[in-house]
Amino acid sequence: MAEMNMAQAINQALDLALAADDAVIVFGEDVGTTGGVFRVTDGLQETYGAERVIDAPVAESGIVGAALGMAIAGLKPVAEIQFLGFAYPAYDQIVSHVGRIRNRSNHRFTAPMVIRIPFGGGIGAAEHHSESAEAMLAHTPGVKVVVPSTPIDAKGLLLAAIEDPDPVIFLEPIRMYRALKQEVPDEHYTLPIGVAQTVREGVHASIVTYGSMVRASQRAADLLAEEGVSVEIVDLRTISPLDEDAIVATVRRTGRLVAVTEGHRTGNMASEIAAIAQEKALYSLLAPVERVTGWDTVVPLKRTEAHYVPGPERIAAAVRRTLGT
Amino acid sequence: MEPVRILSPDGSLVGDAPFDLEEARRLFAAMVTGRTYDHKATAMQKQGRLATYAPFEGQEACQIGSVAALRPDDWLVGTYRDAAAMWFQGYPWQNLFLGRMGDERGGEAPAGVNVTPPSITVGGHMIHAVGLGWAERLQGRDRVALTLFGDGATSEGDFHEAMNFAGVYATPTIFLCQNNGFAISMPRDRQTAAEHLADKAIGYGMPGIQVDGNDLMAIYSVTRDAVARARTGEGPTFIEALTFRIGPHTTTDDAGRYREDGEVEEWRTRDPIDRVRAYLRLNDAWDEAWEQETADAAGDEIEAAVAAAEALEPFGPTAMFDRMYAEPTSAMDRQRGMLRRDG
Ligand SMILES: Cc1ncc(C[n+]2csc(CCOP(=O)(O)OP(=O)(O)O)c2C)c(N)n1
Repeated sequence: MAEMNMAQAINQALDLALAADDAVIVFGEDVGTTGGVFRVTDGLQETYGAERVIDAPVAESGIVGAALGMAIAGLKPVAEIQFLGFAYPAYDQIVSHVGRIRNRSNHRFTAPMVIRIPFGGGIGAAEHHSESAEAMLAHTPGVKVVVPSTPIDAKGLLLAAIEDPDPVIFLEPIRMYRALKQEVPDEHYTLPIGVAQTVREGVHASIVTYGSMVRASQRAADLLAEEGVSVEIVDLRTISPLDEDAIVATVRRTGRLVAVTEGHRTGNMASEIAAIAQEKALYSLLAPVERVTGWDTVVPLKRTEAHYVPGPERIAAAVRRTLGT
Repeated sequence: MEPVRILSPDGSLVGDAPFDLEEARRLFAAMVTGRTYDHKATAMQKQGRLATYAPFEGQEACQIGSVAALRPDDWLVGTYRDAAAMWFQGYPWQNLFLGRMGDERGGEAPAGVNVTPPSITVGGHMIHAVGLGWAERLQGRDRVALTLFGDGATSEGDFHEAMNFAGVYATPTIFLCQNNGFAISMPRDRQTAAEHLADKAIGYGMPGIQVDGNDLMAIYSVTRDAVARARTGEGPTFIEALTFRIGPHTTTDDAGRYREDGEVEEWRTRDPIDRVRAYLRLNDAWDEAWEQETADAAGDEIEAAVAAAEALEPFGPTAMFDRMYAEPTSAMDRQRGMLRRDG
């Protein structure tokens, strides 16, 4: 056990995977010499060499496309895209090829690969550095999309992603890289992809969310606790495939649902969560489902970003509305 | 391939000066103003007054020399590292500061200034310069478009598409690659196996020229020729300017992780501003008093821009909804209301 933040936990997971399996390689812009712009791959090239921890040219489509070729030929690439806002040049590869190769070849060729991508706002960065377009990825057939919210989850989910027989897009909330430390077990362990976790139990209302919004929701729940409102929080941890059972179960328990994401409002993960609740648990609902989201705007720059990214106040207001208070 | 050079590091001419001493003094002053901005922005970032900043120290000749060859109504399409070029083509320093403060008004070029906001994504913008110049020609005008980008940008697929379109349609586009040695931590030779970036032009059917990027006169002269070709319908040109990024990639980068201090010191001896100063001195067109005057004027100009940018009242929280469409859509109106209601 060692106390570590999410960046360190991911580093440790990569280290373990590289050590355990020669087929695993790390591939991306600046991942080697500098250890990545967030230092997540720090030290790995020194340990495993430039043939396994590979610095790539500035070419996202190339990184993902080459990783797919490598995966088909027997490697297990863990590709990195520097920010989600720079992944768009790679979308064609993800949508047209990575997510389709198994289907296209009727299982003959597969893509056991991971694409790690830092994402999300809250750090006042330049344009394109705060994107939360994960719904576009969850909308893509043939890939799984995992979003950890804590160091412990990040390590176990990343190791599971690397061992998964299908392509996994692993979204790392930038704001959480160094925001939280936990005692992380040193050894190898995995956490199941597609399984949500109840991270706070409550009786009056449920918040279903993921990534950095888990922490914002915890804060909202703290505010509400002072008002005597007890909130349950479900951390999805995987947004494709969604753990429908967990969503339905929490709605059945509390009767009120607030779905939270920082993605743009139209067609986002909260919309999907709300749809599941009405399909499977309509008669348990005591109030309309609330969605707390980013807006249908470009993520604003530093000066107004705080008004875009959902915070505890906005989340708490939505919970209160479900309670009619 | 021998890079085009006119001015040696010691200030002596090895070719014909493309402009007179008065113009040399004007461009020297412009480079000094650019560097003053660069240092100020780096300092302000350290004080928490600016978000991450990408310094361009060492690249002043590329930026001022190339833009000096443009007409005031020509297009400039650059990146996060091209503030000096943008300013020289008419973009106010105040807006450059605002952008780095995280204020969208920084992206607004004044009316009549044909400079696009800096591209933050690597490689996506060169094709816009192709479309801009092409549209000028289709509309019977003779404006050209200059696009600036780094060595790393040539690895992006969009670079290929931009170069290819420009070649196929013979658009009035000048591609100026500032090969500053690194793309974040990646040295140029890990970016492409080509011996020279300029060689890439061959594959697109356009001339490719390598130039000493710290030589103001050489940059000016090759850009001027490329602009003339573009304006008269002879098509695009690719220019590779050999230069060096003296500072880190950005203020959050630790350049010590991937390059030697010695390399930086070596490049400092080829400083583009020192070189023009040496030339002016050799030609009795420089004295201490004028240098001081130039530095003071640059300092005043930059300080005034900072003051103006910082004095601007920040946007209200809901302004983001008014920037998205000509008329806010119903969704914008609803969401503005939700933000007002819940914060
Ligand atoms: C599409 C895209 N991918 C990655 C990045 C992250 N990034 C920012 S600058 C940079 C290096 C660019 O190098 P180069 O084109 O040589 O220009 P320089 O920064 O040296 O001026 C990278 C990889 C980005 N901004 N956009």
